[in-house]
Amino acid sequence: MNKKMSLSRKQNLAGWAFLTPATLLIAIMSFYPMIQALILSFQKGKGNQLTWAGLYNYTRMFKDAVFMQSLKNCFLYLIIQVPIMLVLALILASLLNNKNLRFKGLFRTAIFLPCATSLVSYATIFRSLFAVDGLINVILIKLGILDVGYNFLSHATSARIVLIIALVWRWTGYNMVFYLSGLQNIEYSVYEAAKIDGATPFQSFWKITVPLLKPTILLTAIMSTNGTLQLFDESVNLTGGGPANATITMSHYIYNMSFKYVPNFGYAAAMSYLILILVAVLAFVQMKVGDKRD
Amino acid sequence: MKAKRVFAGFLAAAMALSMAACGTKGTDDTSKKPDDKTAGSENELTVWCWDPAFNIYAMEQAAEVYKKDHPDFKLNVVETPWADIQTKLTTAATSDDLESLPDIMLMQDNAFQKNVISYPDAFKDLGEAGIDFSQFAEAKTAYSVIDGKNYGVPFDNGTVVAAYRTDILKEAGYTVDDFKDITWDEYIEKGKDVLKKTGKPLLSCQSGESDVIMMMLQSAGASLFDDEGKPSMKDNDALKKVMETYSELVKSGVLVEVNDWDQYVGSLTGSTVAGTINGCWILASIQTAEDQKGNWAVTNMPSLTSLEGATNYSNNGGSSWAVTANCKNTDLAYDFLKSTFAGSVELYETILPKSGALATYIPAGESKVYAEPQEFFGGQTIYKDITDFAAKTPSNNTGVYYYEARDAVATAIQNVVAGEDIDSAIQTAQETVEFAMGE
Repeated sequence: MNKKMSLSRKQNLAGWAFLTPATLLIAIMSFYPMIQALILSFQKGKGNQLTWAGLYNYTRMFKDAVFMQSLKNCFLYLIIQVPIMLVLALILASLLNNKNLRFKGLFRTAIFLPCATSLVSYATIFRSLFAVDGLINVILIKLGILDVGYNFLSHATSARIVLIIALVWRWTGYNMVFYLSGLQNIEYSVYEAAKIDGATPFQSFWKITVPLLKPTILLTAIMSTNGTLQLFDESVNLTGGGPANATITMSHYIYNMSFKYVPNFGYAAAMSYLILILVAVLAFVQMKVGDKRD
Repeated sequence: MKAKRVFAGFLAAAMALSMAACGTKGTDDTSKKPDDKTAGSENELTVWCWDPAFNIYAMEQAAEVYKKDHPDFKLNVVETPWADIQTKLTTAATSDDLESLPDIMLMQDNAFQKNVISYPDAFKDLGEAGIDFSQFAEAKTAYSVIDGKNYGVPFDNGTVVAAYRTDILKEAGYTVDDFKDITWDEYIEKGKDVLKKTGKPLLSCQSGESDVIMMMLQSAGASLFDDEGKPSMKDNDALKKVMETYSELVKSGVLVEVNDWDQYVGSLTGSTVAGTINGCWILASIQTAEDQKGNWAVTNMPSLTSLEGATNYSNNGGSSWAVTANCKNTDLAYDFLKSTFAGSVELYETILPKSGALATYIPAGESKVYAEPQEFFGGQTIYKDITDFAAKTPSNNTGVYYYEARDAVATAIQNVVAGEDIDSAIQTAQETVEFAMGE
């Protein structure tokens, strides 16, 4: 009896020993800053001249016109860009999953490749593509659609559209890879059976692929929501948040609040926590709506 | 299953916090670098500044000057872009660990008030350094004076110049003298003519940046803040005039807006515009276009039409040296600054021709080097002219919330160009800044 106890004890100890390094790292690198940020969000003041303010920062942000604008922008991207991207990724994934398709590897690589580019450099390249004398304008002028270059990034609507196009280009391949790997788990015989029963390709996509990929779709939807609400690089590097804050994102505004303007870290931390709450709520809703397994 | 899912949701959400960690004490890791030499040798100073052709060069020349009397002196310049200096300063000061800071750092004049007021313990009051601040242009020194105390040794200034392509103007039948001492109304009229005849706008600028606005505003001695530091955009005649002028410039096509700095410099070096208006440091970028040698000339900027106090002179940018509280050897740092940037005409004579660093140290302005003709500008004695402009520049109030106000005005002008009424756009800008100041 005694011996048995010590064996399970030993195993327990070994388990804890394996767990400890990672747990400690996560606790120090992730949870400790999170708690510090939470404490910070209840303080106000310039730089390190901080005083306690209670929930002041949390009520303040709802009166902040620029922050509200950035919140709206993020939700605009979320509502328009995420569905376009996910549908596109799903279509591409089912096309590329076709057994008879040639040069499959080439196409898959080509579509995934944008994800390998750095966020800053792709944003910079899009900015010069859409410059007044950039490639897009040159093509439009050559085709006779425009007489003089149109400054896409200095008009609110076109700047938003450019940003959404950039996001779709950058992230579609990334989501497609998830769908492709999900598709590998669907038996090909299911499709064959459907074909024999006379299902059209559209029907088998809608009735087989989509339901069976549901967990993956849910995963990508949550990741995209999370990513969109934290969007930063594109806003800073592609549009600079402009024109007139029409494309600024929450993270960009938080950055300005910390490093460009008179530093107000308490307020910046409070806004970060709002993003956390939004992401958590949206993820919860998506799980409730999307996952009906139990 | 349920608990697991909630936990997964939290993990996904935890990623959202990566930004929140920016301001916390979790970012200490930058402060304990092994290359931290500031506390080391007794005769060594570490300096942060950002431009190899400009302020780094000037700092190195200053070290050479100082070495003549102090052969043991060692200077360690670390090239650090301004944005990085600001970030590192913010990190060090908020974590109450100043050890990562250098002995001396170069600071943008516009950020001086903000940083000293936010982090009063991070900088040394230069009152006891024995520097004669009356030897500097007063409007310049004012940027680094907080509560009557001097925190910075003035370095370069950003006196505004209007530079024109003489060859393009000639094509349209003008000379650079036609653009001297003019008003913006005349500028727009002549600009339309140049545009019609040559297809080239007179001016380019970055959309979403308010440099042109701020230059116009200061040229009339006006500011976005009053003397007490309160925002004064509403009922500000000068600002309204500036907005009208700017939107007229854009509508007439005389001003073309580009999206970033590279495109702006490209419009100058690539001959797509016939001139520019900016701080005199822009001349360094202009001179990179070797093929345009002799085709540039410099004059003063246009003045705001029919506005009281309007002049043809303004300022954009400039920086000053600050001594950080991490400096262990303050006597050395003070003496170094005192006998170079605040005491050596020879230093300014050395750095001017190569870097174009225009001194705000008044005795240097009388040096002969400033009167030498510059070949790139068709033999014009531009530095003498610019020194004259500098003396005539009206001063303005920057205030702590300068960057907030700049961005609010940039937003306002973009809305005005897009068709919004000027008064309501200014009203919104005023409210935005007042909100930011409400903490």
